[in-house]
Amino acid sequence: MDVSFILVILLFGAAATWFVGDKLASKAALIFSTAALAATLYVIYRYNQGAPVSFIYLWNQSPRIFLGFQADGLSLTMTLLTTALTPIIVFSSFGNLFPKTRAFYALILFMAFAMVGTFLSVDGLVYYVFWELSLIPIYFIALIWGSGTAEERKKSVIKFFIYTFAGSLFMLVAFVYLYQRTGSFLNLHLYKAMLTSTEQTWIFAAFFLAYAIKTPIIPFHTWQANVYQKAPTAGTMLLSGIMLKMALFSIIRWQLPITPWAANEYKYIVIGLCIAGVIYGSILALKQTDLKKLLAYSSLAHVGLIAAGAYTLTLDGLRGAFLQMIAHGFVVVGLFFAAEVINRRFETGEISGMGGIRVQSPKFTSMFMILVLASVALPGTFNFVGEFEVLYSLAQSNIWFAVIGGTTIILGAFYMLRMFQQVMLGEKNEKFFADVTVSEGAVFVIILAVLLFFGLYPKPITDFITPELEKVLVYINRFNK
Amino acid sequence: METNLALLLLFAPFAGFLINIFFGKKLSKTLTGTLGTVAVAVSFAATLYFFLQVLQTKTPVMVNLFEWLHLANFTVNFSFQLDQLSLLWLMFVTGIGTLIHMYSISYMHDDENMHKFFAYLNLFVFFMITLVMGSNLLIMFIGWEGVGLCSYLLIGFWYKNQEYNDAAKKAFIMNRIGDLGFLIGIFILAYLFHTVEYDLMKAELENGWSVDKAWLGIAMLCLFIGACGKSAQLPLYTWLPDAMAGPTPVSALIHAATMVTAGIFMITRLNFLFNLTPDVLEIIAVVGAVTSLVAASIGLVQNDIKKVLAYSTVSQLGLIFLALGLGAYEIAVFHVITHAFFKACLFLGSGSVIHALHGEQDMRNMGGLRKVMKITFVTFLISTLAISGLPPFSGFFSKDEILMTAFHHNKPLWVIGSLASIMTAFYMFRLLYLTFYKDFRGTEEQKHHLHESPTLITFPLIVLAILALVGGAISLPGMSWLNEYLAPVMAKPAEHHHLGNTEYMLMGIAVVGALIGIGVAYAKYIKKGEVPPADAQITGVTNVLYNKYYVDEIYTAIIIKPIYAIGSFFKNVTEVALSGFVFGLGRAATLLGNQGKTVQNGSIGFYLLVFVLGVCSILGYIFLVK
Repeated sequence: MDVSFILVILLFGAAATWFVGDKLASKAALIFSTAALAATLYVIYRYNQGAPVSFIYLWNQSPRIFLGFQADGLSLTMTLLTTALTPIIVFSSFGNLFPKTRAFYALILFMAFAMVGTFLSVDGLVYYVFWELSLIPIYFIALIWGSGTAEERKKSVIKFFIYTFAGSLFMLVAFVYLYQRTGSFLNLHLYKAMLTSTEQTWIFAAFFLAYAIKTPIIPFHTWQANVYQKAPTAGTMLLSGIMLKMALFSIIRWQLPITPWAANEYKYIVIGLCIAGVIYGSILALKQTDLKKLLAYSSLAHVGLIAAGAYTLTLDGLRGAFLQMIAHGFVVVGLFFAAEVINRRFETGEISGMGGIRVQSPKFTSMFMILVLASVALPGTFNFVGEFEVLYSLAQSNIWFAVIGGTTIILGAFYMLRMFQQVMLGEKNEKFFADVTVSEGAVFVIILAVLLFFGLYPKPITDFITPELEKVLVYINRFNK
Repeated sequence: METNLALLLLFAPFAGFLINIFFGKKLSKTLTGTLGTVAVAVSFAATLYFFLQVLQTKTPVMVNLFEWLHLANFTVNFSFQLDQLSLLWLMFVTGIGTLIHMYSISYMHDDENMHKFFAYLNLFVFFMITLVMGSNLLIMFIGWEGVGLCSYLLIGFWYKNQEYNDAAKKAFIMNRIGDLGFLIGIFILAYLFHTVEYDLMKAELENGWSVDKAWLGIAMLCLFIGACGKSAQLPLYTWLPDAMAGPTPVSALIHAATMVTAGIFMITRLNFLFNLTPDVLEIIAVVGAVTSLVAASIGLVQNDIKKVLAYSTVSQLGLIFLALGLGAYEIAVFHVITHAFFKACLFLGSGSVIHALHGEQDMRNMGGLRKVMKITFVTFLISTLAISGLPPFSGFFSKDEILMTAFHHNKPLWVIGSLASIMTAFYMFRLLYLTFYKDFRGTEEQKHHLHESPTLITFPLIVLAILALVGGAISLPGMSWLNEYLAPVMAKPAEHHHLGNTEYMLMGIAVVGALIGIGVAYAKYIKKGEVPPADAQITGVTNVLYNKYYVDEIYTAIIIKPIYAIGSFFKNVTEVALSGFVFGLGRAATLLGNQGKTVQNGSIGFYLLVFVLGVCSILGYIFLVK
């Protein structure tokens, strides 16, 4: 059994979910996504035993295209993140009634399929196809099942689609150029290419555009907040929990090792941009009146810091970024789910319509509180581990990066606690708020367990990813010594 | 065995937290309270065991659990160290902690969420123990942020009141400003030493490891900023008075006796590093002295009994920082301990008063309580004498040592410290007179219900008052047990002041100063029988002091408001402009797309089917061919 089975399960699951019909679709989706998780765990187990679990197949002779799925510490971790979050996202949607149920759940699985493909692909062209493929399901999910009027929704979703699609086209051009230059799309071949500084600059920029839009890094972020708000929560979770990590992962997998000279040359500008995003996102989060939008801007701030860590080109920065990707994936899914839980009861996303929830729902309050604390990176949560490493790497790059980036711990506490106060505390709300149901509680408990466990014991993940990151660093350093 | 006992010391309060948070609601109130108290008492017993052991063996107990963080040039373990300094701290944290838990059983008995109160209080003790016991800076940081969290939860304990929630939020955020300083300090130290373990850093220095002095200075300054946040020093002190929104036992435990001493603990712990950066020490001394004076002057005119005590705490902490800045770490620790005794007693005493008056905190509506609340009054009087610095009460010895050291090193700071002390004597006696003397000024109804508090409340008061009375004995001038005890954790031996004429003269000045303060208070509030005027009638300098120099308003105007203004600009201008630009591009594309619209029929099902079938056939083809 190799990694391609995970893809097969997800794709077959998507088809099966569609064919079993509306009634059984949600359960089918849960079964197949859990099966994919089990398969991922099994593959990781085999990988750790040294068994060959990669898959490679020459698809096309000319141009040479490989259908190759590489299993290593990085891609397997991201695959695990995807297949672990997917059942959570599916399960968290059980409390909602969607029209065209089967399409909804089939699209979620299909999206997971495309994202796992993106993480595993070794061939630039195949990678690109998966990258774009993932855009299609989320486009429909946001468009069909989103909130607000159809017109508004269409506006923000189309903007998102065109924006990210346009960015990716530059990446495609870069790949085509690289193929002509090296005769290969394979990442290992591209890592060894000795490109001139001009070539590197252009390719770096092309990649950067694709990734900066998808992450997003300011000023390429304007699609984000509206889509996060308008999309159904499952869609927002897919976007923020996993999809944006495709970009952060790709920085480490593709951009930095292929164009290390340019990465080193422009790192201060790029880090500066990322860190500016931390402050920009945090301050905007303070001004939001819609809960999901607030979380969207908070996410903008957090991913800015993650990207900054990756662009330091140091082991600590890369590792911190990687750990933070996973931690952020879980915490952001949890937070958006909390927003959804409130939305199910109050039918609003407006913060001003909330408040006085704590007095009615102690369990929900505790879980939400812990998520907030994880989001502000309290030591003991997984988010602290990543944030600490990223900030430490930034401090070594330039102490001011750490100081300015570090304001996230102050501003983050500011907007998150302010939000928590307005949403949860105060006199009892006139509207009834039922405490979490068993299934809602289960979603929170799983997420919190992950965040707290790895907050205290991140070693399994650290040990799993470090050797691969060291290899990436070797490629990065081939120009910069 | 040792490891297990150390873990019991650490985790007993955590177990209390877990039990109370998960099952507390089902248990009776007395049981939750007892559980919470016993959990801390267990820690105290374990601490006592180790304390006695280390007294004899003089070798610290180390506990190493497992690796936590792994970075390129250093690793961080979950490891703990029980040495002279941490055990001393644990003694009063768990000891006073036990007393305050006991007190809370009665004090919080009418609260519907009593089990949560005890859960949070236990959690606080757990994090405080972590902070103190950790053998490296990162473990300290876990405790550091953890106690901040508990402080947040407990200040906002009555969460229906949004003002209290504001106070809680403010405390957390201001602490986080300090925490960023702390983190940056850790980064620099980790970079310089390739470790964050105290002992390893110390060993490296002893082995001649060369450190960049400029960077070390910046690191120590950053750590001091962290201490300013947690220990409420200028300019980050404004959260502490607001923190009085929490229930009174919280003010006593967290905001007087233990958590706010964390900054002092950290600086004492790192004394071997601070010694290398005399400039930073100088800054600490000045900040401490100025804080003590500013806070004391605000305390002169406050009318809320807890606010007076809060400003007094800030002021006393300022004095302690003055001692730290002068390199007199032992003396700082000495005052931390005596302060913990008398300030905890004062806060608990004020709680007893507030309890008797059903929530009244304004001293203008008190008076005459000494007749009905005899035990509260006597214990309060002892502690007031102690904080005012009169012999033979404990505060006299510790405060006098600080002022004496200041006199020998830096005369202007001695003057500032002495002024603050005179003010302290005044406002504390003002508080005492307004609360306990003359006639009762509250409502008739309150008057009928006046009563002495139950034993669970008075017992801790008595114990603390006794400690406030005799606590000075641990470090008498000329023969200090404390200095000797702490010698192994100090990089430099304690300064020894020969008791000559100057020293006796200084003691005399300090006592006369305190008596002047008390005398003025007596003349004003007993002889003339004055009662502070209603808020509207406060004018002039008093008004400026009453409004705390308008520091909160200034912070709002120069920090909070600009942040919101920038936020509005980002939201209404930048975002709209950026978004409009992209959407313009989008519109052009849509126009093009419209040409092809006719081909699409809009059925997602169809799209999906085609899509899935396509990909399936590709994959199927590959597998079959393979």
